[in-house]
Amino acid sequence: MRQIKAKEIEDTVAQLCLEANRNLPKDVLLAIKESIGKERGRPKRILEKIIENCSLAKKEKLPLCQDTGLPIVFIDIGQKLKVKGDLEKAINRGIKRGYQKGYFRNSIVHPLWRDNPQSIPAVIHFNISSGNKIKIALMPKGFGSENASVTYMFNPTATIDEIGDWVIKIVKEKGADACPPLFIGIGIGGSLDKAVLLSKQALLLPLNKENPQASLATLEQKFLRRINKLGIGPLGLGGKTTALRVRILAHPTHIAGLPVALNLSCWALRRARKKLT
Amino acid sequence: MIHLETPLTLTKIRKLRVGDEVLINGIIYTARDQAHIKKLPFPLKGQIIYYCGPAPTPPGKIIGSCGPTTSSRMDRFTPLLLKKGLKGMLGKGRRSEEVIRAIKKYKAIYLITFGGCGALLSTFVRRKELVAYPELGAEAVYRLDVENFPAIVAVDCYGKDIWSKNARKSTR
Repeated sequence: MRQIKAKEIEDTVAQLCLEANRNLPKDVLLAIKESIGKERGRPKRILEKIIENCSLAKKEKLPLCQDTGLPIVFIDIGQKLKVKGDLEKAINRGIKRGYQKGYFRNSIVHPLWRDNPQSIPAVIHFNISSGNKIKIALMPKGFGSENASVTYMFNPTATIDEIGDWVIKIVKEKGADACPPLFIGIGIGGSLDKAVLLSKQALLLPLNKENPQASLATLEQKFLRRINKLGIGPLGLGGKTTALRVRILAHPTHIAGLPVALNLSCWALRRARKKLT
Repeated sequence: MIHLETPLTLTKIRKLRVGDEVLINGIIYTARDQAHIKKLPFPLKGQIIYYCGPAPTPPGKIIGSCGPTTSSRMDRFTPLLLKKGLKGMLGKGRRSEEVIRAIKKYKAIYLITFGGCGALLSTFVRRKELVAYPELGAEAVYRLDVENFPAIVAVDCYGKDIWSKNARKSTR
């Protein structure tokens, strides 16, 4: 059986922290750049400032945003692979090292006592798959947009338009405070927890690839058009670009229910991934 | 572009209108959630609070990334601070009706700056000094000396706010 040392995972996670917090992924950067051409006046100038910030962060090795987020780790381990050492500890050690090295902010506290901020523990989602590889994705999630995220248990007879109306209502209520232009992850189906997880995984989908489920791709476009008619715009100061992309993931659910979760991301959709083979 | 020197006076505040783009010069104080629960450790009169929890300062830099955090979380504390003489707030996002009314009543100003642009905004800080609560980490209170720090007037002392103005213009 193939083996991998926990230390290798630790080193990879540390590297992903630096990468994610300093360099916006190419697909995200491209989506922002493409939107500049659609705007004029103030919204256009704001989008240009955002791009300027990204270039500066990369050049000066600074975090894009002072909120270097709550580190969320998606780790997929092949069942034919044996990890030598403590996997969870290795992930957290990697994050601690990466955040120290990058001079990133410690934003993690006990939810009630709220003292002594640290960079860990991360929220970790483990997945076991076939094969002998390990895939790690890191998403440092800022809480300006996480706070604007919501889930709702719909009636199973709810129509797609009703779900759309709810999405629009939430974005209208909370979008302006979540650092628009936004990326919007929607999870539909499963259980309460599954829908929420899907909404976050939807934000991990590469933006240059269409949704493999054609009907969901159509729905993404439909929701995006409606959201961009709201006129919230960059920074919430008006404009055509309220959201840059909507991504939807679906999972079978119970005959009695229809859970839907909405995970908003600010324009700085930070994520980095690596496959260890 | 309007140059806005701190501390703020009524004369300076009265000239500002919703939507004006300003460059802030002088001292501003960082304070966010936990510092608002405690006593703010500086004289409030005429001052600007910056809702910001900066990233640690890398070697050779004055400050780490230091963009705005969501202002509405501080809404519950704001009317009392305005009553005590606070004149300005700098952050991101909307404010409650109650805060907007208090801004009008006490003749103050609410400014917003570029959310998520912490790296860029760090270049407008000339000096950073700890004032209190180092145990709060990023939530400590810092005195920042800023030069041409860019901001937009989001609520003016006449009680006008930028969001209702934009809502009227939108195609909804």
